[in-house]
Amino acid sequence: MIKLSRYTAFVLLISALTLHSVQAKEMTVDLSSSIVQITTGFSGAELLLFGVAPEDGDVVIVIRGPQEQLIVRKKERLFGIWVNQDQFTFKDIPSFYAMASNRPLDQFLPGSIAAIQQIGIPNLDLAAVNPDEIEKVQGHYRHALIRNKQRQNLYKWKPEPLIFLGSGLFRTTLRFPSNVSVGTYGIDVHLIRKGELISSETTLMHVRKFGIEAGIYDFAHRYSLAYGIFAIIIASFAGWAANAAFRKS
Amino acid sequence: MQIYLPIAEISVNIFLILGMGGGVGVLSGLFGVGGGFLMTPLLIFIGIPPAVAVATEANQIVASSVSGVLAHWRRGNVDLKMGGALLVGGVLGSTFGVWLFTFLRSMGQIDLVIKLSYVVFLSIIGGLMLIESIRAMLNTKKQVRKKAHSHNWMHGLPFKMRFRKSRLYISALLPLIIGFFVGVLSAIMGVGGGFVMVPAMIYLLGMPTVVVVGTSLFQIIFVTANVTILQSVSNQTVDIVLAMLLMFGGVIGAQIGARLGVLLKGEQLRGLLALIVLGVCLKLSLDLVITPDDFYSIGAGVEH
Repeated sequence: MIKLSRYTAFVLLISALTLHSVQAKEMTVDLSSSIVQITTGFSGAELLLFGVAPEDGDVVIVIRGPQEQLIVRKKERLFGIWVNQDQFTFKDIPSFYAMASNRPLDQFLPGSIAAIQQIGIPNLDLAAVNPDEIEKVQGHYRHALIRNKQRQNLYKWKPEPLIFLGSGLFRTTLRFPSNVSVGTYGIDVHLIRKGELISSETTLMHVRKFGIEAGIYDFAHRYSLAYGIFAIIIASFAGWAANAAFRKS
Repeated sequence: MQIYLPIAEISVNIFLILGMGGGVGVLSGLFGVGGGFLMTPLLIFIGIPPAVAVATEANQIVASSVSGVLAHWRRGNVDLKMGGALLVGGVLGSTFGVWLFTFLRSMGQIDLVIKLSYVVFLSIIGGLMLIESIRAMLNTKKQVRKKAHSHNWMHGLPFKMRFRKSRLYISALLPLIIGFFVGVLSAIMGVGGGFVMVPAMIYLLGMPTVVVVGTSLFQIIFVTANVTILQSVSNQTVDIVLAMLLMFGGVIGAQIGARLGVLLKGEQLRGLLALIVLGVCLKLSLDLVITPDDFYSIGAGVEH
């Protein structure tokens, strides 16, 4: 069912995009879905991204998750045990970062463009909450942040493969792990030719909790007292039911 | 089959959680313990954030204590007055404990404090139980008959009250202090605290063994209910989906455990439980001592 509707969408998109490419000089991109829904069975998601490049060249895509504030803590040994000691807070960092390109970046992407467009993890601009500690943005704390994010599968160092299907039409699969943050994701598509940025296109995507998952989360955060009481009522009932069910046997 | 936990915000295998609930349930039915002190570390081992593990386990213990207390209630083994005194202390203690928990969480030290509390208490309790059961297995005959309780400095404390069911005339401050202390532990460790409360009631208060378990369970219901509400309000860390899965597994496991328990001897049971407790304790201590793969960790920053 899902496969079929995806396939239909794919066919429609290809026909729409190829028609479009005949007249337009701009780059066009679209997603198989602009919303990722986190439901009970959620274990990550895959989206298809299609696009048409108006001219020959290489394409690089950057996906950035909603910005967040993160504390990096450093453990030190104290009386034989490892204790969090020093810490540093980053702000406005992307909660998710991934890329896709049709060939390795170093074969077509000049460093200047990568730096300006923040393509590649080394080019990410990270900011500090406390401006006095700006030197820590570089160095150990930056590396630690990236390493931890990579371990959580939220930062990808290498670009995912992107395939050109002919007549400027390209396609790639965006993968999101089950621990993605909720919010708006920005997807930048850059067309590079002969070391120059020909055009850039941005599209948005949303990750949302949906159905009962969203309901429980909202309940817990908005009416936290009622949620706590509700949790106790459920537990008391479960306890009573268990006792009643096994009383005779 | 994966299920997404809305508060923990991770996806877990539903059968793993049910199995853990069942497994710990078997142990709790077998040994007559709440099982919180095993479940919370297990949840942390499988990657549930410690703050969510502690708060959610408090919610599950409400269910297992309600289920347990009903049987004792019917047999008249609950001392309501003593339970009341303990729970006043417990509610105060757990309120302070949740406040401390929230404070430590903002300092980035909550994981350490949870693990350290476990290491300290599990090693003491596990060690004592192991020594006692080994001693019992070695010489089963030599049994010294002790007095119900001995008189000491505690009986000089003011605010004396009569606890008819426990046949005690002691200061109300004693159960208040014990309740307070166990309440703090309950909030920080995500346990009912029966493993501290029961020995304290027997050895410190001198309560008759018959009413100890029922009274302990009775007050645990209110203390863990208080923790559940306070954690919901101040940290939003009670995951109701996770709690329900654990309750379901735990209920079935406890029944199996209770039936298995008949087949084993008391000392053997206690020795086995002591080994499990020390095993969990060892695993947690190693985590604290072994040089971590990465000295740095990340956590959500406070949004302004």
